[in-house]
Amino acid sequence: MAGSGDMLGISAQALALRGKRMELLTANIANANTPGYKARDIDFAAAMRSAEGEQAGLRVTNARHMGGSGGADSVEAMYRVPSQPSLDGNTVESQREHAAFMDNAMRYQASLNFLDSRIRSLKTAISGQAG
Amino acid sequence: MSLFNAIDVAATSLEAQTVRLNTISSNLANAQGVSSTPEGAYRARYPVFEAVYSETLQATGSEAAGVRVSGVIESDLPARREFAPSHPMANEEGFIYRPAVNTIDEMTNMMEASRSFQDSIEAMNTAKQLILRTLTLGR
Repeated sequence: MAGSGDMLGISAQALALRGKRMELLTANIANANTPGYKARDIDFAAAMRSAEGEQAGLRVTNARHMGGSGGADSVEAMYRVPSQPSLDGNTVESQREHAAFMDNAMRYQASLNFLDSRIRSLKTAISGQAG
Repeated sequence: MSLFNAIDVAATSLEAQTVRLNTISSNLANAQGVSSTPEGAYRARYPVFEAVYSETLQATGSEAAGVRVSGVIESDLPARREFAPSHPMANEEGFIYRPAVNTIDEMTNMMEASRSFQDSIEAMNTAKQLILRTLTLGR
């Protein structure tokens, strides 16, 4: 039987990743005044590729198989390289974080819209009638 | 769910900035205080922020760090001595001591704190909207 991830396509994974990124960006904004704090973010394209790899078929069908790495929980957060280092060692650049935050929120909504229409078409397919 | 963690993290920032605003108002309120000894003069207080990786967040697989006030330090700037023999608080030599509070420093600090507070509120609001939108998924 196909899992819900297969039915809903890549948008479900994208949504989880976007949520995770949202959390990291909020932490960056929250720590804008913390001395020594290093801003972090995830490489979305790479994280998505690893999530896709998992979806493409790294399934565990035997106890000796190794599970594929991927999914929103195993994404590695990386440190941002500041364009202007500050004296107290903090690498949060407010304008950059805000831009990334806004961008991420919009893309989260986009993924939600894709999922919505996907669910609607699944519902249409199940009920067998249009509308 | 990670969006709820985002709200938690933003909340820690609100708390830390509130402590900062409290110390700033304390500094400003005492800026005009007078003492007859240098030790008795008010000393400006500043909170020290620290990133904190809480266990409850990490239990959910989160890597996000909140903020915490690790302590409040007192400024070690010497009190300003002023010759005012007619002042009721003046000591035998006619000096009074005023706290070394820089009002301009405090005001800029306050602006920064209030902007950070607003930023966190905004982040919280966005997370809230996204959660609400996610809850109506498929309807």
